[in-house]
Amino acid sequence: MRRRLLLCLPLLAFLVLAGLLFRGLHRDPQALPSALVGQPFPAFSLPGVQDERLFTRQDLLGRPALVNVWGTWCVACREEHPVLTRLKAEGVVIHGINYKDDNASARRWLAEFHDPYQLDIRDDEGRLGLDLGVYGAPETFLIDARGVVRYRHVGVVDQRVWDADLGPRYRALVATP
Amino acid sequence: MRVGWLLLLLVWSTLSQAAIDPYGFRDDAERARFQALTRELRCPKCQNQDLADSNAPIAGDLRREIQRLMAAGRSDEEIIALLEQRYGEFIRYRPPFEGRTLLLWLLPGLALLAGAGLLLVLTRRRRPEQTLSDAERQRLAQLQAEEEP
Repeated sequence: MRRRLLLCLPLLAFLVLAGLLFRGLHRDPQALPSALVGQPFPAFSLPGVQDERLFTRQDLLGRPALVNVWGTWCVACREEHPVLTRLKAEGVVIHGINYKDDNASARRWLAEFHDPYQLDIRDDEGRLGLDLGVYGAPETFLIDARGVVRYRHVGVVDQRVWDADLGPRYRALVATP
Repeated sequence: MRVGWLLLLLVWSTLSQAAIDPYGFRDDAERARFQALTRELRCPKCQNQDLADSNAPIAGDLRREIQRLMAAGRSDEEIIALLEQRYGEFIRYRPPFEGRTLLLWLLPGLALLAGAGLLLVLTRRRRPEQTLSDAERQRLAQLQAEEEP
């Protein structure tokens, strides 16, 4: 009996390994756990896209909001833009960080399409992006009224992502501030 | 005329040099430190390259940030900790040795030991009995004697 159990051992080891590898097949290797979730949104002092008035972290506080990192050079941001515009129409608070972009192009983009952002922050050198751990636009952070990062989504925000991940979390924050 | 061309080429060659190494290091030790740090840290975008290797814009930003922090007099540990705060543990090629990563660090050694142990047990068990008892030896001698004509 003991011998038979021992003979099963290689099969068992194989099954465990196969199970782990199978799970690995369905995971997105690009999705990194954010180091910032649960941490306060980093402090900054940056000009706006439209004017030179300085924005700081204080301006983000007071109500839950999405903070969307975007750029005109980013193709996926174009795809995401109509979704953000619709969310704004539904009353969702969205702030924009224009990340490492040419200011003239950014203004043209906002005028040409639609500006879904409450605050238009300009991060020319990517310093705020660096503090946020941004590694590719678009990225969207969900912050609560006290400015603590609650969730981060890397990649395009489409209807599926909003319905499954961001929307429920945002509504929960609005319901219980 | 030819000298002019040669001079122009000479000037150009220094330009290309500057494109490769835009960081102003004070000395070779500082350069070596920078190279060691950028080899130790992983690019968050192209995940199988270190910061020194990667051409991704974010890797360039992080290299500049590392140089800025070095110029500000931060130690290697401080720089790694600062980047880890922003990009998570992922950015380190060598995760710290602690409770959570115990299995990761020790499993290869343990697997090697287990394999060696298994091999030892199996070879021991297979070794055939080589010594004959007195009775068997006698019988062998008898048989050999019978065979001979």
